[in-house]
Amino acid sequence: MDELVIDPTVYATLQSTVGAEFAAELVDTFLEEASGMLAELRSARTENHADRFRRAAHSLKSNSGTFGASRLAALARELELNGLNADPAQDMDALTAIEAEYTRAAAALKDLSHG
Amino acid sequence: MADAAAHLLIVDDNKVNRLLLSRSVEMQGHRAALAENGRIALEMLRREPFDLLLLDIEMPEMDGFAVLEQLKADPQLRDLPVIVTSSVEGLDNIVRCIGLGAEDYLPKPVNAVLLKARIGASLEKKRLRDQQKELVRRFATSEVAQDLQQSGFTLGGKRMHASVMFADIRSFTALVESQPPEETIELLNAYYALMFEAISSHGGVVNQMIGDGLMALFGAPLPLDDCAGRAVAAALEMSELIEQFNLERSALHKPTIHIGIGIATGEVVAGYTGTQRRATYTCIGDTVNLAARLEAHTKVARRGILIDENTQGALRDRVRTDALGAVPFKGKSAAVEIFALAPGQPA
Repeated sequence: MDELVIDPTVYATLQSTVGAEFAAELVDTFLEEASGMLAELRSARTENHADRFRRAAHSLKSNSGTFGASRLAALARELELNGLNADPAQDMDALTAIEAEYTRAAAALKDLSHG
Repeated sequence: MADAAAHLLIVDDNKVNRLLLSRSVEMQGHRAALAENGRIALEMLRREPFDLLLLDIEMPEMDGFAVLEQLKADPQLRDLPVIVTSSVEGLDNIVRCIGLGAEDYLPKPVNAVLLKARIGASLEKKRLRDQQKELVRRFATSEVAQDLQQSGFTLGGKRMHASVMFADIRSFTALVESQPPEETIELLNAYYALMFEAISSHGGVVNQMIGDGLMALFGAPLPLDDCAGRAVAAALEMSELIEQFNLERSALHKPTIHIGIGIATGEVVAGYTGTQRRATYTCIGDTVNLAARLEAHTKVARRGILIDENTQGALRDRVRTDALGAVPFKGKSAAVEIFALAPGQPA
């Protein structure tokens, strides 16, 4: 994967459009919401709920794109498009990968917004 | 002005998206209200007026497609411009939004410059549409205005059964000469306001105003049950309103006015004439000519409201009339039976 953890030009554009302070508040909101989306992905997977799974992946993709979290967005998009895998174990691996990527993106965003 | 502050509704299930979009539109000088899903959005749209809707597609409870479908089916909300903002996958989904009446589609993350341009364009279009609606409304009842909007308009006539009314102010020329022009304009405005009110409240449409005279149609452009009865009821109400108006004028030591009304019922050819650029709704035929002659004849007969035989027959004695006998009118081969409405009956 060649995508960046955070694409700095996307985040810089966001800051210049809405103001650095508002962008930082928006990051905080995202970090509050994202853990819920990740938890929703896991519970939808466990409960075999395809629609909820797709919707949570969609939300995560949409927000990641807003902040330039390109790698996270790409992983979320894959889950959205593929939906529930016939083999739940593969989805569990994908979820572990996306959670790890989220941790990296969250740390980078905190640095960017409060740096 | 397209740049004037507008009231927008932002519908998105995602908090980050809602905050970001509302910040963007507020920075453009607009006001934004927020809804979390389609169902809440529709409730808000039905409760208060909005100028524009920014709509997400993927939402729980009621998604953007369902919102677009409901808007399309609702005559009150059908014209509300909608810009879809979504990161939904697939060109077919975008096509579906446009097919369902969305004005525009912006992919997420939404580019602020594009958003501003699209909002400006949508509001400008809405402003023009509102202006057009207002023009139609000024000259028609809400039913007719709606019909015209739904059907658009085509040049060319249609045969309809209708009652045609002509009305004007007696001795208007003498009145004009006796007072300053400003007072005449003021008088005409008050007069027209009263007449429009009486006519449209009975389902009629004023389609011509010339000086102190007006022509109104009952039963065209839209068919109307009991068009003769409605036209007569409107005429009685007009007379009553003028009487009240005169009481006020007398109290102010201003000259009173008197009106003459002629009504004829029958087949008319009604339609838009002119060109596609400038057209007027008009009505022609013997019935129209007869109504004009009856109105002119009120001076001779010294009666306020004269009606033809068809109108009188349709009343089936609900309103008292006096038969005035047959009168030879210019342009008519045979003399025409005419009737006057007996004075002093409730409108």
